Amino acid sequence: MNATDLLALLPLLLIAATSVMVMLAIAIRRSHALAAGLTVLGLCAASVSLFAAAVWAPRDVTPLLRIDLNALFYTGLILAGSIVVVFLCYGYFDSQENNHPEELYVLLAIAALGSATLVSASHFASFFLGLEILSVSLYGLIAYERELKASVEAGLKYLVLAAASASFLLFGMALAYFELGTMDFRNIPAAAAAPGVAPGLTAVGATLIIVGVGFKLALVPFHMWTPDVYEGAPAPVTAFVATVSKGAMFALLLRYFSQSGVRDSGPVLLVFSIIAVASMFAGNLLALFQNNVKRILAYSSIAHLGYLIVAFEAGGGMAGSAVAFYLVAYFGTMLGAFGVVTVLSTPGNDLGDLASYRGLFWRRPVIASVFTVMLLSLAGIPVTAGFIGKFYVIAAGASVLLWVPVFTLVITSAIGLFYYLRIIVALYSHVEVPVPSFLLGRQASPSLTWTLGALTTVVIAIGCYPSPVLHLIKAMIAGTG
Amino acid sequence: MILAWLIIVLLVAGVLAAVAARLSSVLTRWISLAATVLDFALTVFLWVRHAGQITLTGSNPWLEQIDWIWIPEFGIHFHLALDGLSLLLLALTFFLGVVSILASWTEITESVGFFHLNVLWILAGITGVFLAVDLFLFYFAWELMLVPMYFLIALWGHERRIYAAIKFFLFTQLSGLLMLVAILALYFLHHQNTGTYTFEYGELLNTPLSSTAALWIMLGFFVAFAVKLPLFPFHTWLPDAHTEAPTAGSVILAGLLLKTGAYGMIRFAVPLFPGAAREFAPVAMVLGAIGIIYGAVMAFGQTDMKRLVAYTSVSHLGFVVLGVFSWNELALQGAVMTMLCHGISTGGLFILTGAIQERIHTRELGRMSGLWATAPRLSGAGLYFALASLGLPALGDFIGEFLVLLGTYRTHPVLAIVGSIGVLTATFYALLLVQRAFHGPNTHAWAIPDLLPREGVVIALMAGSLLWLGLNPQPVLRTFSPVLHALETVVQMHR
Repeated sequence: MNATDLLALLPLLLIAATSVMVMLAIAIRRSHALAAGLTVLGLCAASVSLFAAAVWAPRDVTPLLRIDLNALFYTGLILAGSIVVVFLCYGYFDSQENNHPEELYVLLAIAALGSATLVSASHFASFFLGLEILSVSLYGLIAYERELKASVEAGLKYLVLAAASASFLLFGMALAYFELGTMDFRNIPAAAAAPGVAPGLTAVGATLIIVGVGFKLALVPFHMWTPDVYEGAPAPVTAFVATVSKGAMFALLLRYFSQSGVRDSGPVLLVFSIIAVASMFAGNLLALFQNNVKRILAYSSIAHLGYLIVAFEAGGGMAGSAVAFYLVAYFGTMLGAFGVVTVLSTPGNDLGDLASYRGLFWRRPVIASVFTVMLLSLAGIPVTAGFIGKFYVIAAGASVLLWVPVFTLVITSAIGLFYYLRIIVALYSHVEVPVPSFLLGRQASPSLTWTLGALTTVVIAIGCYPSPVLHLIKAMIAGTG
Repeated sequence: MILAWLIIVLLVAGVLAAVAARLSSVLTRWISLAATVLDFALTVFLWVRHAGQITLTGSNPWLEQIDWIWIPEFGIHFHLALDGLSLLLLALTFFLGVVSILASWTEITESVGFFHLNVLWILAGITGVFLAVDLFLFYFAWELMLVPMYFLIALWGHERRIYAAIKFFLFTQLSGLLMLVAILALYFLHHQNTGTYTFEYGELLNTPLSSTAALWIMLGFFVAFAVKLPLFPFHTWLPDAHTEAPTAGSVILAGLLLKTGAYGMIRFAVPLFPGAAREFAPVAMVLGAIGIIYGAVMAFGQTDMKRLVAYTSVSHLGFVVLGVFSWNELALQGAVMTMLCHGISTGGLFILTGAIQERIHTRELGRMSGLWATAPRLSGAGLYFALASLGLPALGDFIGEFLVLLGTYRTHPVLAIVGSIGVLTATFYALLLVQRAFHGPNTHAWAIPDLLPREGVVIALMAGSLLWLGLNPQPVLRTFSPVLHALETVVQMHR
């Protein structure tokens, strides 16, 4: 390892340093603003260092990590998402005294580190390492409000299921290693083509890996934890789980399956098709029966990951760019949607019940308008980023004639429209509902207002003029080769 | 550039109107009115400017266009173009825009700013649809109309507004997504055959396609347009949406949104896939003929005045489908003429219904009767538009339906006969409407104010233009005929 390696690794190092720094700062002086400020500062520094690292990309830093433009792009996305979550957390926890929210930022930085490791991984070892760093910090984050039953329950549920899925993943990796004798993604195609390799065992290994990945992405049939965890976790943490953790995993999925060539085998493709169709149907249909906004968004995110799988299946540069763009749109939109929930909630009192959103437009027009934009973006209506994203995914699917997933996407997203409209109808209904007591006389903190404003601007700007993002993604794909 | 201004004016005025509502709702109304009047004036200006050169040459079929690169990664352009057909539909759009803002002057009292924002943005979306010649942009505008329309119905509608709004949104959105898939399929097939990625209408026109592919892709477009039109059996959203919408919503729905479906068929579905369209024509025309009769019969059975008028739209738009899929010059001219006149005559009926509802707070025909005694001007106007709707000679609708039947008779005489029966049945429902609402004794002892000057002006404008279209249709025919002729040539070439 030399100086250049360290430079290429700078973003990861800075994220790691952030967590240590915040921890030390807390030891010296407990201050919510200081902890949040340091975290934002560290993550911003890491974002800036991406440009320094890009100079040296692509570069293999040890056999475990490959810092290329693809990894840097997703690291940037993760950092942006994490910074937004920090702002959301600050606004959310600031209202309460004696809750010691400072350690949350340590966990958040570690989770970001795990995600960034995942997207740079090119080896089973770093894959697992990144995954565990992410998972372990998420247990703490989800159960952060340790005095609340729902939060602890959600954390425990996540812990048990994540541990189980990790063991599936490990077993899959072990099988693949047993048969192929390599753990490096890029050596897998050559090893698989060697004479004497039993394709059955590698396929079983790949399937078990899909199980492990599918759990993190909450794809059907590994989605059971999602609604409960989304509902129980504090709103800003839910935003993190829904975006950063899933986005990192998806980037890894894309890299692993395209580099190892496993995606191109018929059975694996079929498995993905089934998972995609099942996720789109289950996510959108089950969301219809929910009366809690956080649960609706949970099922919606299941469906959205199903859409992403459709793009993923297209293969080649089209898949890479469609997935990247969709994730950008999805990050902005989901963070915005949970941001709205965050604004309307206080620790321990997350505003979930759909009934309490009735008539929000007439009480808080700006917040309700932001929520409308986010919901329309999730539904894929023009002028929002979600529209271009959905367009791109359908284009990716249509370009390789994946008609069954594409038509499933079309039909299920029309179903999905129904529950987005349900929320919108509630927002604009003229019914007077009593304002929840914890919201009385409470103004949204400036950190939340500005974050939501920025997210709305981004979602609409990308929806109207996506070229800069598309350009960036094109450069990323070209640079990754 | 003037084409972009048409849209920008509406978008900006929408925001301004919403902001101005904090000061005064009257200001909001005046801003909205000014924007639509300005756009109407611009359209008339364009019409006058190009009056002499409406005949088109082959190389550049557009009177006016702007072409900006929008998303180069996909070959998407912000390409707006105007020809005689879109010019007239734009004139109709802004005319009905002015009318619907005037019609809701006193009807809408709640959240006036947001209401006008929605109205103006729907108009902007419709303008985009009539001008877009990049298929992506077309789809973009197509979807853009939906959200504000949804709000218009869901927020300011009548009793069952939520149900109607959601039904409307789901129908149009699902069919729109099918169109998106069709557009993308065409996009990739075009790339496969020619090596360029483009959504440009002019280039996609000449895409060589296998007949199966063409049929499937055409069906994708057809379904989207048929739902909007609405063609039987895709019409079930229409009676609900029209009935529950506020007056401005109903006028825009019936007068403009339905026309975007018909426009799509004329501009895209048939010319892009001439072979497939010809194969499919019998099915579409039979559905159209069924729609004519079905709409008329259903209208006859309604007791809700607004619902009655809504069903007549199904009937009238059936004529448009007949005309479009006959695809000869006479029938096409008739179809476009019907589109224009139906927009005005049905809009007039909706405004009168709205005016009556505002006065007596019901739309039930059974609760009216004898309104002539107390509101003669209003009732007279009702009779006038009902007569227009049944196709009385000297009024515009007659010209349209007559030309459609004439053109259809050349290719499909049986369907033309069915269509004529439809004209006959129109007499029943139109006269029934007049009979039950305006004639007879004033049994409920209504004493209501007659048309106010503001309403009178609106109604007079609409009545006047119908009369003008009926007596002197030549200028209008001359404006869109060359376009239809050119489209017909394109189609003939590729058959």
